[in-house]
Amino acid sequence: MAKSGRRNRVVALTLVGVVGGMVGLAFASVPLYRLFCQVTGYAGTPKTGADVTRTAPLVGDARSVTVEFDANIQRDVPWVFEPAQRRVTVRPGEPTLIFYRARNTSDKPVTGTATFNVTPYKAAQYFNKIACFCFTEQTLAAGQEVDMPVQFTVDPSILTDANTSTVHTLTLSYTFFLADPANPPAPKPTAARPAAKNAAAVGAGNS
Amino acid sequence: MAYGAAANAHDHHDHHPAGWRRWVYSTNHKDIGTLYLIVSILAAILGGGMSWYIRLELAQPGLQFITDNHFYNVLVTAHGLIMVFFVVMPALIGGFGNWIVPMMIGAPDMAFPRMNNISFWLLAAGFVLLLLSAIAGGGAGTGWTVYPPLSNVEYHPGTAVDFAILSLHVAGASSILGAINFIVTILNMRAPGMTMHRMPLFVWAILVTAFLLVLALPVLAGGLTMLLTDRNFGTAFFKTAGGGDPILWQHLFWFFGHPEVYIMIVPAFGIISHIVATFSRKPVFGYLGMAYAMVAIGFIGFVVWAHHMYTVGLDVNTRAYFVAATMVIAVPTGIKIFSWIATMWGGSIRFDTPMLWAVGFIFLFVVGGVTGVVLANAGVDMAFHDTYYVVAHFHYVLSLGAVFSMFAGFYYWIPKMTGKMYPETMGRIHFWLSFIGVNLLFFPQHFLGMAGMPRRIPDYPDAYAGWNMVSSIGALITAIGTVYFFIVIWRTFAAGKPAEANPWGAGATTLEWTVPSPAPFHTFEETPAIDTKGHH
Repeated sequence: MAKSGRRNRVVALTLVGVVGGMVGLAFASVPLYRLFCQVTGYAGTPKTGADVTRTAPLVGDARSVTVEFDANIQRDVPWVFEPAQRRVTVRPGEPTLIFYRARNTSDKPVTGTATFNVTPYKAAQYFNKIACFCFTEQTLAAGQEVDMPVQFTVDPSILTDANTSTVHTLTLSYTFFLADPANPPAPKPTAARPAAKNAAAVGAGNS
Repeated sequence: MAYGAAANAHDHHDHHPAGWRRWVYSTNHKDIGTLYLIVSILAAILGGGMSWYIRLELAQPGLQFITDNHFYNVLVTAHGLIMVFFVVMPALIGGFGNWIVPMMIGAPDMAFPRMNNISFWLLAAGFVLLLLSAIAGGGAGTGWTVYPPLSNVEYHPGTAVDFAILSLHVAGASSILGAINFIVTILNMRAPGMTMHRMPLFVWAILVTAFLLVLALPVLAGGLTMLLTDRNFGTAFFKTAGGGDPILWQHLFWFFGHPEVYIMIVPAFGIISHIVATFSRKPVFGYLGMAYAMVAIGFIGFVVWAHHMYTVGLDVNTRAYFVAATMVIAVPTGIKIFSWIATMWGGSIRFDTPMLWAVGFIFLFVVGGVTGVVLANAGVDMAFHDTYYVVAHFHYVLSLGAVFSMFAGFYYWIPKMTGKMYPETMGRIHFWLSFIGVNLLFFPQHFLGMAGMPRRIPDYPDAYAGWNMVSSIGALITAIGTVYFFIVIWRTFAAGKPAEANPWGAGATTLEWTVPSPAPFHTFEETPAIDTKGHH
């Protein structure tokens, strides 16, 4: 009986280990998924980083590719955000610099971060971003307008991949979110106090 | 008869605590199985009531009974979660599994009786949490898949989704503990002579199911934890704003969710195998093929999850893989269907109530399986995704398949559990009411889906009115059948004839039929002898 009790415990503890392992795998899937997207260009994740400046040799009569630019903001970001140019036509392999323009229309500083993606998804792996403002927090003072640069190349392999033979237009899309959605744009504490005082003063004046 | 007679009087020291202590503190596999079945029936009344309310609203175009769209979403969500986690799983795994598996393998009880008790009460706690989610914070209107961003705090600011998440956590912990208990019991506590390849198919089914639970539920728990911290502690696993990805949730959810549908149907396979063999008076055809078909279904079930996500933007090669992998499941499933038919072939078939339900199961499961193969095609699914075609498909395999196997198991084992025979004529009437009702209810939904009617919306254009009315009439007939089922239960307890140890005759060869009916509180305290020359 004692022996069978021990056997039962061994199997049960092994299974508890399996359960723990699967929970671990679920959490490990978060960085793995991100890595997978970055490596494969999955779900429109463009390639970024230093090594992407290396480009494949350019074919002489290479067709050109049109890159269109799209800008979105979440409703709660009080900005105007748009590309400085709607589209550019580039030869694959050619480094290109373009700008997005953002203006803070509110009367307080607002910090935002942007996410991005490239469609069609199957061509995203050939869109190499060399420098951009993705995932870095951008703070715009009240009324401030900035140009945000994006430097990219389109990998010439896009011309030789059978899957992308029909792709003539890529779309780069950015969406700005509040950097800290838990704290929507509010006057900084130092600024808030006088404002509150004013409100109180107005209230007092009325009464 | 495959097994030597093993039943001697077991009830000579049949002492157990009486009154509420017997149930609340219970460590007896039969009592805990009974508790699971009671919870399942109570939850089914609630979940079924919700579905009938939904069908009432959908009987005609326009909003008649449910004018609050969010409330409609809450009903759909609660119906799904209750049916999956608190009706089908408790009945098939907790209920029949607990009652029958130890008896089938000749074990005195489960390996960890006290853990069994915890499993049950965690499930009860999970059910209470789910009910709280319906009444607190406006209810969770996310669908049972709880997809962000809809389930994020921006769109469900109340506590409802948090309660639902905690409910699934607790119910999941309950199932994991139960699964570990089953695996240990089945691996270590079989009677001498019962090798793995001599185990009854229901035991195989529960073993496969338990492994699926142990591997799939922790992934759900992990995903739910991320969702909970996204909602409450400012993490951004699934929020694009913080660099997360809502599609990741769908991957995690369906990595759990697809095995989950096999968790609900594999125990049904086991029950149906026994009933078909019993009432055909033949051993089941292709025993090893049947057992390993379940293993194969369980295994493949883990590598097909993204067929629920064809429309999220997977590239064409990924979709091609998931189409192919999904269709492969039709092979072991086909082995099972054909083996059941081959078992019946040339047998001396008796269409008693359990057999009616089993044959009904086979028919309905084939219909649901065929539409599943249709939906497995990524191109076709682009059109059918989120339409009533999908609703019809998964109700044919689950609502009709799994639930028919629950009724089949109920009629098959109720003589063993209560010592009383159910009234045969009433059982058959119950079957025919349900069979006509559910087909009228769900078959027209194929037509609605093909015509493009979307799921999860309380209103629809007039063009869909006809088949929706037919479907709601089917729901009414099913409801009448369900009320009739409670009359059958009442007549069984009030006036059921005493059942013999084996009321089914020579076809019923598993060990539970060797003990008296009702099964004594303790069975097989002395391990039974297995006739190792016989077959299964």
